[in-house]
Amino acid sequence: MFNDKLFKYSLFFFSILMLLILAIIFFTLLDGSMLAIKNNGFSFLYSSIWNPVMDEYGALPFLSGTLITSFLSLIICIPFALVVAILLGEYYKKGIFSTALNTAIELLAGIPSIIYGFWGLFFFVPIMRQIQMRVNVPPFGVGIITASIILTIMIIPYAASIAREIINMVPSDLKEAAYSLGATRLEIVKNIILPHSFSGIFAGILLALGRALGETMAVTMVIGNANIIPKSFFSPGNTMASLIANEFAEAAQNIHLSSLVQIGLLLFLVTAIINIIGQKVLQKFKY
Amino acid sequence: MTDYQFNKRILLDKIFKYLLILMATIILIPLFLILYFLFSKGIQALNWNFFYKMPAAMGDLGGGIANAIVGTIILILTASIIAIPIGILVGIFLAEYKDLKLSYWVKISCEILQGTPSIVIGIVAWSWIVKPMGIFSAFSGGIALALMMLPIIIRSVEETIKLIPLNLKEASLSLGVPYYKTILKVILPTGLSSIISGILLSISRIAGETAPLIFTASGNPFMSTNLFRPIESMPLLIFRYASSPFPNLHNIAWGASFSLVMFILILNLISKGVSKKWKIKY
Amino acid sequence: MENKVLEIKNFYASYGEEDIIKNINLNIYNKKITAMMGPSGCGKSTLMRCVNRMHELNPNASHKGNIFLNSNNIFKINAILLRRKVGMVFQKPNPFPTMSIYDNVIAGYKLNGIKKSKEEKDYLVEESLKNAALWEEVKNALHKKGTFLSGGQQQRLCIARALAMKPEILLLDEPTSALDPNSTAFIEELIVNLKKTVSILLVTHNIAQAARVSDYTAFIFLGELIEFGETDKVFTVPQDKRTEEYLTGKFG
Repeated sequence: MFNDKLFKYSLFFFSILMLLILAIIFFTLLDGSMLAIKNNGFSFLYSSIWNPVMDEYGALPFLSGTLITSFLSLIICIPFALVVAILLGEYYKKGIFSTALNTAIELLAGIPSIIYGFWGLFFFVPIMRQIQMRVNVPPFGVGIITASIILTIMIIPYAASIAREIINMVPSDLKEAAYSLGATRLEIVKNIILPHSFSGIFAGILLALGRALGETMAVTMVIGNANIIPKSFFSPGNTMASLIANEFAEAAQNIHLSSLVQIGLLLFLVTAIINIIGQKVLQKFKY
Repeated sequence: MTDYQFNKRILLDKIFKYLLILMATIILIPLFLILYFLFSKGIQALNWNFFYKMPAAMGDLGGGIANAIVGTIILILTASIIAIPIGILVGIFLAEYKDLKLSYWVKISCEILQGTPSIVIGIVAWSWIVKPMGIFSAFSGGIALALMMLPIIIRSVEETIKLIPLNLKEASLSLGVPYYKTILKVILPTGLSSIISGILLSISRIAGETAPLIFTASGNPFMSTNLFRPIESMPLLIFRYASSPFPNLHNIAWGASFSLVMFILILNLISKGVSKKWKIKY
Repeated sequence: MENKVLEIKNFYASYGEEDIIKNINLNIYNKKITAMMGPSGCGKSTLMRCVNRMHELNPNASHKGNIFLNSNNIFKINAILLRRKVGMVFQKPNPFPTMSIYDNVIAGYKLNGIKKSKEEKDYLVEESLKNAALWEEVKNALHKKGTFLSGGQQQRLCIARALAMKPEILLLDEPTSALDPNSTAFIEELIVNLKKTVSILLVTHNIAQAARVSDYTAFIFLGELIEFGETDKVFTVPQDKRTEEYLTGKFG
């Protein structure tokens, strides 16, 4: 009986620990940012000057870099993720094609971020340069568009697997009713499957967005690391995550470091909110 | 409905299907490109020296990644020792006490933790451990990685236990077996294949992580097994070498990338195999 | 006067606000088979689960009154120790899937860390499986896992597992409702033979089964004990109108 009590206490203890860990993460980030918050004020959010030498820290370049790359990659990702989800959740639930596509998606999902970045830098960036020269744009190779494309490839498996699960869950009697009325498969996908799965797919997209926002290594290697607000899709830029990856280890002054933590705090809050909303919608959909 | 309208619908249906397959193929192109690149460039760099030698002095040719391999293993072990027991206990809690309000909040915490960017976790581990200790360390890297493993293990354990019929738990309790023994000796063993599979998956996830290690484990050109000193890891090495201007370092980075992807692939295959072959039917 | 193995006195059981069992007074006699019958939801399973204190595993559960097992108040003993003296077999057969047949039979000892010598274990396994009429069918496969067994065989394995603990009373909670007619008949015959070894309390929703198998029958309705007596008498000359209506199928 005593052992039982001990066991149950430890179950509770470690579970409460999880809550504490989250709280501590938040407060650690907050505490680390205090110095910067006092120094930077509100200009942090709208100033585009990031100058550690002068202790001026405006996060706008990185905010815009993060948002632009994430939303761009999300937009490109959606049709592809839907395609995969429909193929695997409706057309080819079993069989060789299904296994092959599923395996391919899992492989894509399993490749570490740094390797995407490495490949992006050595394979994709030169190609991008060629394209940029053709269209008479400065051939940086690296930049927003390159980062967005790599990001797209990375989040497609994630969005696709959630969407596939959702699409798989569409009750067959709905589909059969439509088939018995003479509908084609396309019509069923368009009129039954997609509307039914809408909120679930939306949640999957939201979660993929959360992933894209926090993605660091692949982006760092191909975005050009320029602390400016990108003027065009071809220009280099920087995201919040890649800024931290680049500058944190060498940040000498306290305010510099604190400002980087502040960026981390911002990133944490944004991804936390998106994730919570995404998970809630997903749960509501599943039950 | 006229013949024309009917035929049009059939045609659209066919076009749609082929469009789907076409787009799926487009997605596969980058996959093949990446794998091809990894394979062709990676294989060139691989030889025995590669695996057990240390990195060469700056600018010299040759050299291997032995310290990175050892470092990765140590980091994985450290993270696992922390994350596996805690993950299993919390997973049991979420499955057994699922109707409690506390359960709801713990679950949300796990979800937020899972969605937290790895670089942010790196900042946190840095603040908790590197800053007070004044030194980069394998231990802080292990903590960061453990934080990333936890939500995956917890979810895996929770879902496994939820699927085990209540009947089995009652059979054990009715024999006068205490609750904790029932969980540890009956329930967990019954779900063991799925739990191990989830653990292997979480390991394959953190094996390739770079961002949380940049300012915790931080990297080390020398071989180190000291938990409280900086340590090298394969992803970190790849990052540094790929970002350097030296072609021979690039070659080594390709070799390391290839090895890393192979390792992750094998882990994934084993995880699937375990999940199927060792599955206990109930 | 027959020996009483179980005495249920002024017993109430509830989940939260809802009373499931209302003021039941019931005696179960030694080495006899007592059937509890009644329509779904009448509380018979709940009452049975109170006897081995499984009812209290639910956090909302509560009870009033007393139950005496061989004159010992079960609420004054440690619940875990009590459960080792009371055997239970469930509606859906539940042998432990990670254990061999051999280990399943002595699971009560193994899981509790009670050490026995190899000879003792071998003897116990053989004796329990023989009492459960399963020995011949599995004696050459003792170290295989039990999942290849049919439903009826699995249930007999569960009976053997309960018998191995040498319980003072065996609780059978609708033991044949998940089984096919052949297995059901086999197990009913087994139950009748078992009463030589151990007292049996049987919950069943199958009226005919109660009539075939039991010595005494209790009719429970809406949480109350409506009638109790020797099976022949209850079935031929029921005292309460509700009993008669239940037996003739007017409800339930």
